[in-house]
Amino acid sequence: MTNDRRWIPYLLILPSVAFLALLFIVPLVQTIWLAVSDNGALSLANADRMVNDINFTRSLRNTFLLTLMVVPVQIAIALVMGSMVAKVGRGRETILWIWTIPLGISDLAAGLVWLSILQNTGYLNSVLFGFGIIERQTGWLSYQTPVALFFAIAVAEIWRGTAIVMVIIVAGLNQVPKEFREAAEIFGAGPWTRFWRITLPLIRPALQSALILRTVLAFEVFAVVYALGGRNFPVLVGEAYNWQNQNQNYSVAAAYAVLIMVISLAATLVYLKAIKVDPERLP
Amino acid sequence: MKRIVSFGILASTVLAFASPVLAQTIFVSTQLRPIEEATVVREELLQDVGDVDYVVEEPPQFAVRMEAERQAGKHTVSLVGALHGELSPLADKNALEPLDDLAKKLAAGGMPQAVLDLGKLGKPNQQYIPWMQATYVMAARKEALQYLPAGTDVNALSYDQLIEWGKKLQEATGQPQIGFPAGPKGLMARYFQGYFYPSFTGGVVRTFQGAEAAAGWEKLKALWAFVTPNSTNYDFMQEPLAAGEVMVAWDHIARLKNAISASPDDYVVFPAPSGPKGRGYMPVVAGLAIPKGSPDKAGATKVIEHLTTPDVQLLTASRVGFFPTLNVKLPEDLDPGVALLAGAVTATQTSKDALISLLPVGLGDKGGEFNKVYMDAFQRIILRNEPVGDVLKAQAATLTKLMADTKAPCWAPDAKSDGPCPVQ
Repeated sequence: MTNDRRWIPYLLILPSVAFLALLFIVPLVQTIWLAVSDNGALSLANADRMVNDINFTRSLRNTFLLTLMVVPVQIAIALVMGSMVAKVGRGRETILWIWTIPLGISDLAAGLVWLSILQNTGYLNSVLFGFGIIERQTGWLSYQTPVALFFAIAVAEIWRGTAIVMVIIVAGLNQVPKEFREAAEIFGAGPWTRFWRITLPLIRPALQSALILRTVLAFEVFAVVYALGGRNFPVLVGEAYNWQNQNQNYSVAAAYAVLIMVISLAATLVYLKAIKVDPERLP
Repeated sequence: MKRIVSFGILASTVLAFASPVLAQTIFVSTQLRPIEEATVVREELLQDVGDVDYVVEEPPQFAVRMEAERQAGKHTVSLVGALHGELSPLADKNALEPLDDLAKKLAAGGMPQAVLDLGKLGKPNQQYIPWMQATYVMAARKEALQYLPAGTDVNALSYDQLIEWGKKLQEATGQPQIGFPAGPKGLMARYFQGYFYPSFTGGVVRTFQGAEAAAGWEKLKALWAFVTPNSTNYDFMQEPLAAGEVMVAWDHIARLKNAISASPDDYVVFPAPSGPKGRGYMPVVAGLAIPKGSPDKAGATKVIEHLTTPDVQLLTASRVGFFPTLNVKLPEDLDPGVALLAGAVTATQTSKDALISLLPVGLGDKGGEFNKVYMDAFQRIILRNEPVGDVLKAQAATLTKLMADTKAPCWAPDAKSDGPCPVQ
């Protein structure tokens, strides 16, 4: 009887393992093979085509620049929002609910919302024209205005993706025991010191999860960029999409997919090493 | 009891998925996708032809679906309607039923042999039946005509005149007023293959990097100074035209139709400009084909015969703006917008310097990469201002490799070749 029992946990997780193996690992292996093979033989031809494509360097640079800009800003905003809501008593849920509205909107819809604001005939130009700041329609999203385009995409991404970071950080803040803060207050620590010395170290696990999640998602940015930038602002996932859909070359698309996966895994590893979490605080 | 219930659910699910396959002729199309057009197909064009399920699919998903059905050997699609270039990869994999009997009948019934031959896709047997045709034209808002350079006939525009016109429009309105569909889903690649290259070089592949091509690109650079930079965001020119963002635009007639049909009095429609070698233009053909393994061949054949009758072809033209492949005269009471477009198509075909450019043949599934050669050259030369000679040389190398890989012989207007079409 006891012998039989030992198998039960494995039996219980078997369906999920089989499910993942079938729908995740098999396609993953197929994708990697597609990326590193040419006519059935091992080859670097696809990687070579990817690297030498006119949009490769730009898409790599754009993706990294966007991640470097968007992720820190989002973490900072989320920390501020989380700290603010911690002080609120009544109406806290309502405020959180309103703040998380962008989470409920699909990527592409968010991109289209910002497109309606920023395009030539959009709301921004109407407002600027109304105030007499511009005389006629001004383009913000064309290849001739790369800086404005970059900031437009960054703002749209920040608007769309901050809520998920905030939710994780609020959950982390809720776990910080009140006693620590009260004790610090008694010893005369100001709000800034309390934040740096008590809150921040104690929400490390939440911060780590938020950073990993958000950075991986930032490397996979696509729909917002596609809606706002089109071919003016190539990013890695967008190039994978183009090779798959427009150029119908599944192998080069697979090479991009593998590259994105490697970058995401590397970023996760960096966060796991860089932000040390006290083992006792792990669940 | 529980077992009976779950069995019942299972059985009903299976039936729900299986029954339409058994009862209907499934017709998958990459054309006439917007809901208004699909409704016209379902409720008007496919009436009295039996139980047909008209399903629309975006081109990339269409390719994936057909390939999946072919590999699995489990066919649900009886009939496909798609562009010449989308059917070419299927023919390349021998996935289409030969339709020679049907082609013979249609040739006798008034379909021009030249049009029918496109449906062979370079193979000995008929791969698809030409269903509808279209082409690309230019449209302008009538206000723009007052800035047309003196003595210019809009129906016989040259590149120099277009540049002059664009310059005057920009001076008068303060911003560039010409637009091209160079967005991610725009058909800009066809502009280069069917209009720009034939007009400037008299070829598409052979003449890709010669001195004439270089001169053409310099001319396009001059024109681009008066083209709105938002062009790289435009997919369908009817939208910026209707919104007043541009006054002059080039695009596929189906992608201009909404703006022009909505207010036909506000627009003129005319042929694309001519270059030193003539007025290049490219007819677009959508075809009907029966995939090998089709579960209802008889039903599919019946639908093809129905859609290629003169009455249905005329109805198609007046309701959705694609023109007949049969040799029939368009009716007088055509929708005014469609009549404007039809007028420009006739003006293009009958212009003295017209130079027809066929759709690429024999590229198989490399059609996308072929387009990329031209679009990459465009991005590098026009948008990134790289030196013309270097870019053409680099892209010519890519094009040479592509032609060698696919072994595609030259098509018009390039001179015929024995082997793969050479880049000179």
